[in-house]
Amino acid sequence: MILEVRDLAVRFGGVTAVGGVSFGVAAGTVTSLIGPNGAGKTTAFNVITGFQRPTAGGVMHDGTTITGWRPHRIAARGLVRTFQKTSLFPGLSVHENVLTGLHLRGRVGFVAALLRRGRVGAEERALDDEAERVIGFVGLGARRETLASALPYGEQRLLELAVALAARPRLLLLDEPGSGMTISEKSALAALIQRVRDDGITVFLVEHDMRLVMGISDRVLVLNYGRLIADGSVTEVQRDPEVIRAYLGTGATRERA
Amino acid sequence: MRRSGSRIVVAASLVAAATAPAWVWNPYHLHTLIMAGIFAVLALSLNLLLGYTGQLSLGHAAFFGIGAYASGLLTVKLEWSPWIGLVVAIALPALAGWVIGRLALKIRGAYFVLLTISFAGVVSLVSVNWMELTNGPLGLPGVPPLELALPWLGEVSLRTKSAYYYVVVAAVALCYLVCLGLVRSRVGRALVALRENETLAESVGINVTHYLVLATVVSAAMAGLGGGLYAHYTRFVSPEVFLFTYTVTMVIMVVAGGKGTLAGPVLGAVLFTALPEVLRAATSWQWQMLLYGVLLVIVLFFLPQGIVPAVQRRR
Repeated sequence: MILEVRDLAVRFGGVTAVGGVSFGVAAGTVTSLIGPNGAGKTTAFNVITGFQRPTAGGVMHDGTTITGWRPHRIAARGLVRTFQKTSLFPGLSVHENVLTGLHLRGRVGFVAALLRRGRVGAEERALDDEAERVIGFVGLGARRETLASALPYGEQRLLELAVALAARPRLLLLDEPGSGMTISEKSALAALIQRVRDDGITVFLVEHDMRLVMGISDRVLVLNYGRLIADGSVTEVQRDPEVIRAYLGTGATRERA
Repeated sequence: MRRSGSRIVVAASLVAAATAPAWVWNPYHLHTLIMAGIFAVLALSLNLLLGYTGQLSLGHAAFFGIGAYASGLLTVKLEWSPWIGLVVAIALPALAGWVIGRLALKIRGAYFVLLTISFAGVVSLVSVNWMELTNGPLGLPGVPPLELALPWLGEVSLRTKSAYYYVVVAAVALCYLVCLGLVRSRVGRALVALRENETLAESVGINVTHYLVLATVVSAAMAGLGGGLYAHYTRFVSPEVFLFTYTVTMVIMVVAGGKGTLAGPVLGAVLFTALPEVLRAATSWQWQMLLYGVLLVIVLFFLPQGIVPAVQRRR
């Protein structure tokens, strides 16, 4: 397991967002976390990536407890996320966005930036090449100089993916990467996610689009009201009665109505 | 065409700046240029925070004033060399900047503004009320000028305006190169990332606190250098160095010149040091500040990004 979450609980005052959840993500897989709105998926992501402190429980990455670490330290370990609401560096070009994402691959610090311009030049060239490769990978080569804020929505989401990939993740956490995309954009995204996994990056995905989830997931976790109600392969989860109840409501209620 | 045109303008400005004492005969004009240079250092300093990390420091005069007092006190009371005074004028504000940066750990936007204003207020009160140290409102007269000991020529005084002009130009060049070096590296990108989207910056591994502290320290050190240069130029330091006007003037220079650009603060400093003097000569004092305000509004109305970005866009 590249990621293990144990008895994770997050409470905001009296509201329980996540109530004692344990699961693991196996290395080299695409694992999806699904569930109705408000099930606690994004909260779980926030805790794993250090943006939210849990009320109880812990997160382990490769056997090291990372609970409560600051986000940049978690990113440096290779856990990199994207956000549910589009999150880019809006005033920078596509190229600059990806270069900024490459921060962890650079070494130059304050002193070198001022005194070792030769080293800076070499690093900048290497990062430029790497940025080019990442931009090509997500297929934004033609948009290199476009401002992030000027991109159409679907391409903004691809750029988010590119920025995250630039940070060289070992575990990539995607929070609803397909939301707002057209059907063709979504199928391109699905292919892209599979290529990411084939490159050896484990993908952990929160997504609402069932076609996308069922098409690419090796394993599916289902959250409902802050509890894990199912954990298994796509076919197992699809047949699980509790999952069906969570998504469609119970038959009895409908009969009465 | 446009690109080569702007190159010619930049080259001509550099030549003009390098030769100014040779053809600016009026000492008052040379004085204005020296002040423009000191303000260019201050504007470059403020721009590092405001333009790149996006944090507005409205207490920047505090770093300027601490620099001025540090160098002034060491040279007047302890009779240290003004050069050591200048070094301390850089180091002490840098230390203050480090404290501010650490305090601002989770403070951004309006709260960062308030923190910096309060800091400036406190330092200003100390300068007025700690009579034994600072002489209070009477100020600190008799700050020695800079002298340069050259191996073969002996002592060279930098007391004359034309000599001091070059000291200031060297300081502007130094600060410009520091900004340039930072901006054109991953350090500069980390600062901009903090301005553009702090959450995303953290999630790709940028230690946002580290870079905010770094920017504040470098910015404060530069402002302190400006203060030290000011003290050894006017040869007098008083609590006036903490006036809010200094901070506002820096903000005007950075915003009108073009925040987040390297040339903008320098251009802004020259224009907005010269403008009051031009207005003073052209109109009576009643109209002077009014016209200054109107011109500022016009510039910001038509060039909201500042002058330099507007010129760059037209290329």
